[in-house]
Amino acid sequence: MGYTITEKILMAHTDLKEIAPGRLINARVDIALGNDITAPIAIREFRAAGGKKVFDRDRVALVLDHFTPNKDINSAQQCKTVREFAVEHGITHFYEGGQVGVEHALLPEKGIVLPGDLVIGADSHTCTYGALGAFATGVGSTDLAAVLLTGELWFKVPESIKFVVYGKPQKWVSGKDLILHIIGRIGVDGALYSAMEFTGETIRALPMADRLSMANMAIEAGAKNGIFPPDEITREYVKPRAKRPYAFYTSDPDAVYAQTIEIDASRLEPQVAFPHLPSNVRAISQAGEVKIDQSLIGSCTNGRIEDLRVAAGILKGRKAAPHVRLIVVPATPFIYRQALQEGLLEIFMDAGAVISPPSCGACLGGHLGILAEGEKSVATTNRNFVGRMGHPRSEVYLAGPAVAAASAVLGRIASPEEL
Amino acid sequence: MILKGKIWKFGDNIDTDAIIPARYLNTSDPAELARHCMEDADPAFMTRMTPGDIIVGGENFGCGSSREHAPIAIKAAGISCVVAKSFARIFYRNAFNMGLPIFESRDLADAIAEGAKITLDSAQGSITVEGQNQTFSISPIPPFMEQLIADGGLMKHIAGK
Repeated sequence: MGYTITEKILMAHTDLKEIAPGRLINARVDIALGNDITAPIAIREFRAAGGKKVFDRDRVALVLDHFTPNKDINSAQQCKTVREFAVEHGITHFYEGGQVGVEHALLPEKGIVLPGDLVIGADSHTCTYGALGAFATGVGSTDLAAVLLTGELWFKVPESIKFVVYGKPQKWVSGKDLILHIIGRIGVDGALYSAMEFTGETIRALPMADRLSMANMAIEAGAKNGIFPPDEITREYVKPRAKRPYAFYTSDPDAVYAQTIEIDASRLEPQVAFPHLPSNVRAISQAGEVKIDQSLIGSCTNGRIEDLRVAAGILKGRKAAPHVRLIVVPATPFIYRQALQEGLLEIFMDAGAVISPPSCGACLGGHLGILAEGEKSVATTNRNFVGRMGHPRSEVYLAGPAVAAASAVLGRIASPEEL
Repeated sequence: MILKGKIWKFGDNIDTDAIIPARYLNTSDPAELARHCMEDADPAFMTRMTPGDIIVGGENFGCGSSREHAPIAIKAAGISCVVAKSFARIFYRNAFNMGLPIFESRDLADAIAEGAKITLDSAQGSITVEGQNQTFSISPIPPFMEQLIADGGLMKHIAGK
């Protein structure tokens, strides 16, 4: 009996000769991530357990990206705690200030996470790195503390669900639309405890930015991880970035799946997830008249240069509708600079946008784009739970960058086709 | 473990933003987090609950963010345990890792009303409801998780190895 890519990567990080879904294993971790919200608790636990030295200072990433630039005194204290820990332990991958980017855009961009890795992060969207053919999963702060101490962690080997995507996507349909459609189809717990493995001709042709957007939202279907078989597109992305060896794993032809789901991408329109669940998905033509107060383009889901190019292509020569706050958040300093050099920032500014520093702030209702009572925002982010971006009676509509840009211009949820 | 308490009912997909909104994540102080426990699901929850009470949820309890602040807030609020039809996986591991007792019961949530008083016996794997004859079963806890609880959480488990 063959193995899935997820099973192979997990097994390669143990001394086991065989593995099966449901089995509890202890596995070696390649990269462990924490941020300014989750790392302080991990650091407290690490110290309480008598921790003196992290397992490997080159394999820990600490990224101060959530409530930064520091939004208040408490947030500043949390950042200070993490900074002091990073300095004390000589953490190689510590990012703040002008070096910081949204962690799940930053780590792949810097080549810190690589194909075949086992990555854990005290952040639920750690599953993003599955786009590279890595096993990556979100965990809690205590898990992170355990890894800081020992370099290992317990896992239950997940069952895998195979998604076979075929057909050529229509114009404006991106990886974000594919994953929103999938979550709409299977529900927010449709892949609970499972691995989501994305395959098929559409996936093989899908650019890395789109793969990252899709893997990013595996957690919104309850999945443990989302994963893409590594290929030439992966190699092209990773080769100039990697500073250590990496491995390509692929699923065996006789690997066992709990379920196989086929998706015809050619039939999809751009998708929008209505409040208050990422699974509450409609095709853009079924969105109806939803007036918006804000359009947020950014985040670990859609803050990459490819997303900004799509948005700029639509916003060029146009303006955000009156009383619509358009906020653009380049996800990393590198992306910010690229957008500057390509003239995208000028297009955004001409359209009336605020250009935010790289930060997770607005996406999780921290700062830099909070909603008031009754306000509605279209957002290229990944969650639209009650109160996610501000007041408990505000609303978030999830979409790709094309819909977010078109909506900003028209002042309502809209397709770029309407411009 | 035998836990007795009054129950507070919540629906399906109670996410971590509802359990502890991100606007309060500029601290990890348990007492401070507890003040806002369940705030966006029920703004009056903390004024109405009393320590020892039990939260009963539907499917996928604790979905969303990895924030351990969620089980910390629930525990520090004095909730003795959470019983749900199913749990989101990061919340599930967080709860065992940091010592908040949680139990899966497929049938309990739909069969009882808010305010009911229940007795949960983890060794027997059963829940009884005061004034009702019916007994509800809870899914057995995997042996590894039992060990984590017995050791007092993940960090103490590691230290003991």
